[in-house]
Parts: sequence; structure tokens; C-alpha cells
Amino acid sequence: MLTLQFIPYSEIGSLNSDKKVQKLLRVVQEEKIILLEGRLASTEKSELIRKTMEEIDEKFKGIEIEELDLDKKDKAFLEKIKTVLINFIMGSRRGLTIIGPASIIKEIKKDPDKIQLFTEESRKRRK
Amino acid sequence: MGIFGNFLRKFLKALFAKKGNVKLGLYGPPNGGKTTLANKITMDWLGEEMGSVSPIAHETREIQIKEQVTIKSKGKELTFSLVDTPGIATKIDFEEFIKSGMEEKEAKSRAKEATKGVIDAIKWLDDMDAVVIVLDATKDPYSQVNITIIGNLEARKIPVLIVANKIDLKKADIKKVQAAFPQYDVIGISAKYGTNVDNFYESLFKITNK
Repeated sequence: MLTLQFIPYSEIGSLNSDKKVQKLLRVVQEEKIILLEGRLASTEKSELIRKTMEEIDEKFKGIEIEELDLDKKDKAFLEKIKTVLINFIMGSRRGLTIIGPASIIKEIKKDPDKIQLFTEESRKRRK
Repeated sequence: MGIFGNFLRKFLKALFAKKGNVKLGLYGPPNGGKTTLANKITMDWLGEEMGSVSPIAHETREIQIKEQVTIKSKGKELTFSLVDTPGIATKIDFEEFIKSGMEEKEAKSRAKEATKGVIDAIKWLDDMDAVVIVLDATKDPYSQVNITIIGNLEARKIPVLIVANKIDLKKADIKKVQAAFPQYDVIGISAKYGTNVDNFYESLFKITNK
């Protein structure tokens, strides 16, 4: 059974990077796919990759991660300034991040404004 | 990496600092052609290869360093330490290695070493003076590994050059790589056949401000 867990930004926004990464990785190791409101910083993503590598064993094969950056779609200058100010105050809560165990998610395609997620089952059906 | 690994890293860092060398890192996902490019550079300027290459991912599982590489272009000279890093990935599955024909024991050992290699490559990001991101131009450039590496370098203000490798292949699409990273210089090359490497060498002077 496929389990999706939505994590609102408010649930991780106040955590430091270490705790944020630990929390996300713990959920993924429970074989759940996370739909995270907002985006991680690059340094948080590299920390997530690093921690993932430490956890890899015969059962846990790693993660798949993809994100949608909604800020890029704001083309007007004033709108961009507004976005930067909002991000500065509230963090990167705009956008969406998908993180899941590599044993369940076989492929995530980004095109770049939409995300398609293929699980082991959907891949078999495509064949 | 452990205490010894950290000590070794600090020792090598101190050694480089003494010599005043520029550290040029080759980063990217597995099988982008980092070691093929490293071999091309060292063969062209030192007459020797740097590491082994393989169609099976994660052939490079340890940081490889070649010191005192001096390249020349249009009367200018640039000396750097070339740092070839293991490919950064978000997943490593030993069963994929078995599918490539490896014995189970060897596959598990390769996977374990590969995870350590990714950790080391991330750790070494801080030590680079300039980085060449080597991407397979036939693959989707919008991967989170690529975006994460570039984002980390941007946060550390480390100059970046993007190489769209494997342009000898029909599926290669340099324009797609350029569209994915419009704020960076993208050079299309074939490290295997040496196509356009002169332009690549010229670009190295630009990112190292020489």
C-alpha cells in the first residue's frame, strides 16, 4: 500500500536544518512518500543526501527527491520583490517538495513546471 | 570518513594551502564522465591518466587528486590541483550492480564504498576554489542532484563551469542544459574524443580569474 504524508511548512519551519533532515528521513524510512509544503535550502538538501548515504543498507536503498519552484513563475519585478520579502520572513514555504524511498519511487520526472511520479507498480503497467 | 579520514583531509588541505594551489573540482552525478574528463586533462598536460572508467556507475568511489597540473592557452598559464570526485547520487542499490554482472559480495562492497564516496564528495565541496560540473548531455539536466550541487556552490560563492559532456552521442542536447542553468557558462564537449576541449581549457582561465 502506498502511503502519502503531507507535511505543512509550519511543522518543520521552526526546526534547525539537522532536525528538519532527521524528521524527513525518518518518515521516508517508514516507507512513506512525503509531500512537503515549500522547499529545502541547497545546504539542507546536501545534508539530506549525506544522511541518506549513512543510512543506506540492504533494505534502505536511498531516496528520490524533486521539487517545484513556484517563485520562478513570478515574472513581474514587484511580484519578485514581494516573493523575496516573504521568503526572507517566512522561509521557502512556496513550492512543493516530494521525497520518497527509492524502493517505492522508481522515477520522478520534472518538465520543469510539472512533476510526474512513477512507482514500481506504475512502471510495470507502462511496459 | 572517521577520525583518520578527517585528519587526512585536513592534512591535504594544509598541504595545498602551502603551495598556493588552485583546487579545481570535478563534480556531478555518476557516469557523467568526470573521470574521462580528468583523464583527458591529465593526458593532455601530464601525459598520464588519473583513474579508471567504467560503464557501471560509481567506478570512482574515492577522491582522486592530481597535483600541479599546468595548462596553457593563448600565452596564459594556469596551475591547479585537479580533484576528481565520486558521483553524487540520492540512491545506491547493490542489486543494480548485480544486474550489471557483479557477484553479490562485490556488489555490496561497491555499494558501501559508493555511499562513503558520496559523503566525501559533499564534504570536499567546502575545499574547492572552482568547480566544473560534468553532466551527461543526453540525460535530463533538471535533476535534484544537479540543482543541489550548484545551489551549494552558489551558497559558498565558488565559481562554476558547466560541462555538457558526451556531445558525440545523438541524444545529446546542449540547449536543454543551457536552458536549465541560464546563469552559468555551459560548454559542450566530448571528453572521450576530445571534441571542443580547447574551448573548455579556455573557460577554466575564466572561472579561476587567470
